[in-house]
Amino acid sequence: MDSSIFLLLAQDALTNGAIYILLAMATILIFGVTRITFLPQGEFVSYGALTLATLQMGKVPGTVWLVLVLGVVAAIMEAFRLQRAGLSREIPVAVVKTLIPPLVVSGIGYVCAPLNLNLGLQVLLTIMIVTMLGPLVYRVAFRPIADASILNLLIAAVAVHFALVGLGLLFFGAEGVRTPAFSEAQINLGVLTITGQSIWIYVTSIAFIGLLAYFFGRTMYGKALRAVAFNRNGARLVGISPSLAGTLAFALAALIGCLSGILIGPITTIYYDSGFLIGLKGFVSAIVGGMASYPLAAGGALLVGFSESFSSFWLSAYKDVVVFTMIIPVLLWLSLRSVHFEEEE
Amino acid sequence: MRRVGLIVFLALVAMIPLCPPFYVTMGSYIGLYTMVALGLVLLTGVTGLTSFGQAAFMGLGAYTTAVLTTTLSWSPWLALVIALLLTIGVALVLGAITLRMGGHYLPLATIAWGISLFFLFGSLPELGGQTGLSDIPALAIAGVEFRDERIYYYLIWLVCLVAMWGTVNLLDSREGRAIRALKGGLSMAEAFGASGLRLKMVVFVYSAILACLAGWLYAHMQRFVNPSPFGVNTGIEFLFMITIGGAGSIWGSVVGATLITFLKTALQGILPKLIGQTGNFETIVFGVMIILVLQWMRGGIWVFFERFLPSKPNKAIGDTSDLPMRTQPQRGEPLLRVDGIRKEFGGLVAVKNVSFDVCAGEIVGLIGPNGAGKSTTFNLISGELPRTDGNVYLGTEKISGLRPSKIARRGLSRTFQHVKLIPGMTVIENVMIGAYLRTSEGFFSAGLRLNRTIEKKVGAEAAKQLKRVGLEESMYVPAGSLPLGKQRIVEIARALCSDPILLLLDEPAAGLRYKEKQELARLLEQLRGEGMTVLIVEHDMEFLMNLVDRIVVMEFGRKLAEGLPHEIRSNPEVLEAYLGGV
Repeated sequence: MDSSIFLLLAQDALTNGAIYILLAMATILIFGVTRITFLPQGEFVSYGALTLATLQMGKVPGTVWLVLVLGVVAAIMEAFRLQRAGLSREIPVAVVKTLIPPLVVSGIGYVCAPLNLNLGLQVLLTIMIVTMLGPLVYRVAFRPIADASILNLLIAAVAVHFALVGLGLLFFGAEGVRTPAFSEAQINLGVLTITGQSIWIYVTSIAFIGLLAYFFGRTMYGKALRAVAFNRNGARLVGISPSLAGTLAFALAALIGCLSGILIGPITTIYYDSGFLIGLKGFVSAIVGGMASYPLAAGGALLVGFSESFSSFWLSAYKDVVVFTMIIPVLLWLSLRSVHFEEEE
Repeated sequence: MRRVGLIVFLALVAMIPLCPPFYVTMGSYIGLYTMVALGLVLLTGVTGLTSFGQAAFMGLGAYTTAVLTTTLSWSPWLALVIALLLTIGVALVLGAITLRMGGHYLPLATIAWGISLFFLFGSLPELGGQTGLSDIPALAIAGVEFRDERIYYYLIWLVCLVAMWGTVNLLDSREGRAIRALKGGLSMAEAFGASGLRLKMVVFVYSAILACLAGWLYAHMQRFVNPSPFGVNTGIEFLFMITIGGAGSIWGSVVGATLITFLKTALQGILPKLIGQTGNFETIVFGVMIILVLQWMRGGIWVFFERFLPSKPNKAIGDTSDLPMRTQPQRGEPLLRVDGIRKEFGGLVAVKNVSFDVCAGEIVGLIGPNGAGKSTTFNLISGELPRTDGNVYLGTEKISGLRPSKIARRGLSRTFQHVKLIPGMTVIENVMIGAYLRTSEGFFSAGLRLNRTIEKKVGAEAAKQLKRVGLEESMYVPAGSLPLGKQRIVEIARALCSDPILLLLDEPAAGLRYKEKQELARLLEQLRGEGMTVLIVEHDMEFLMNLVDRIVVMEFGRKLAEGLPHEIRSNPEVLEAYLGGV
């Protein structure tokens, strides 16, 4: 290995690592706020890239219909819940409130899809559609069982993963896509060529991490989410609604997933089922952070990125074997470090 | 009625080979999947852990035999031994590094190792890559080969039924009851001498063994293997099987395996035609179905069936228990000595160098206002919390620093402030957990049902203790159906069932109604009459005053006073602490 290959691999590692940092943050956020081990995080990634690709072709992506259908299901569930709670008078307002955002989003999506907008607007449209899916998935699949054990929430998360992958195949077909790069620019630094797209990825990741830091550190909603993650009951006592926090966490997670998908769409081919492995690598990073620490998870993400890119050079067929086996020593280390604790159902 | 149901089920299993070959094949698959799901029921539904790696364990069994029997021409039976050893080794390693930590680390470790193994199967040229390995020999016993699919079907179901029988037996045993206690946290099982970590490990290894066995049978049925059936998706489908079928019961695995297998075949036929493209669209249906089951029928389909079945027959118990008994210490002999015990949580000193003694035959009350450090002191004595400084002696032996299970072994038994009974299990079975350390039958004798004599003795002992506390008429009802007052008394019976020399009661009167408190007081009077030594932590002063021989009062983590009840009643410092000054 000479220095130019090393630099190339390192660049690759940083690009992927940046994405894994974003995904790990989403994973930790959702686990902290809702106790859900959200394995389908990666599906937002593939939905992001594939929705953008469909919009590029001037077609209406299936995700638009998914938003609509989930919106209607959510409204029905909301009506049913209020009916059972004996609050029938609140049904009309609640139904309208639940329906309006998905209706507006899917409406805009339906109208704008065939217009062949420029890339920037298509990206915005994609973000809008996929981000809307987060709260809807939470409302339909998780909120009714929000008090269930971590184990049952995990099973529900896996079920959502199954459903979303199947729907991905239905909406986008089995063909892989590559979305256009945001920038064709190339910067030559001696032996190293940096593509415009990887600069986009670095800048966006760093900007987004900064934004999240601002959100969690300075804004009321961000602090509320942190409060829920720190102590659910305490947060409830001071008036933070756990379901609002859950909705917000899922919206952020979907946004992060979608953004990651749009960013890596131009550098890797994304299939309907690619998201799972990408999301899981984010997950491995989150585990390195003990599912709680953002900086540790960022370190984990870079570790995953580097071991992935360097093992693809030496042992290309075993790239994923290396990455996923890495979790075992990490868990061993966590286990030795952890004080004995137990959780009850 | 239950027996009739069982006979109908067995008859159905036996008659499948009369059906067309398609159904025989389906039946064989259902048998294999039931085996895997069975292990997962024990792991997930009973123990509260889960694994996505069961398909990988199946793959380990299948690939090991495939390689050894084709490339090296070994006998399949020898290959089975190697496969099982490999599986046990992997499960031990995965368990050792994840089971000590929180619940979601095992599923994540198994999903990761499942993916690794799947890619390894597909990439290693020695394993045939994506095409896999073919020409695996048929199984043979004494030269007779199992080539006929119907005979192989019977072989699969024979193994499966034996596994089911063994699992049912295991759950109805000393170790089985301790395993069922794990779902509510480790502390109860540990308090009666079981090692929670060891039990979790045994369950995980057992479930891996069942999966490996199914994989080995699969390889010799198909006579070829490739990576695709052993991916993470299959691992997830096993979890779906038990969620839909019912994770809490052995029968949930049969129901779930049958339903998912048929549904998958049907949907794989229908959906692509309906949609007009090929692909695994059944995942959408499965995903939605699981969400619906979790929201509307969390116990799975079996719970629904079970409602129509009559309740299980009462557990057979013997007439007399001749379990070995401890020699109780002489009345008045010093029994428990707490010597300068201290507990710090970071900067907070919860217990500040507290010392007191309890003599044999006494009832001592440890009281104090909320937050005085009583429960912390209690947990330092029982070993649930490690102490920062100081020592605790039981008799002449130092017990501080020992794990709760080791302390239980020395004759200390306890109840819990938040009642820890297994709600779905009968009262008598709950009480039988108390006798965990008084017998020593292991997993094998339990699985093979060689434990009946000892079980009857333990049952008789539990019945004796229930009679002692006056709950003999509630013996066969589920513990969760009793009111709180009675549940607390069941906890006392369970503690007595361990034949303790010292009984520790953690706020036994908390949340009880007046009459329930009176009954509890009467029971404790009776136990004192029988010579039992009791230490009670309580904040209800009135409840304790007429009951105990001596009182230790705590406030802000330190000992405030110690003495006879009437002395304490007139102690100005105590009055100040309780009433905020006179």
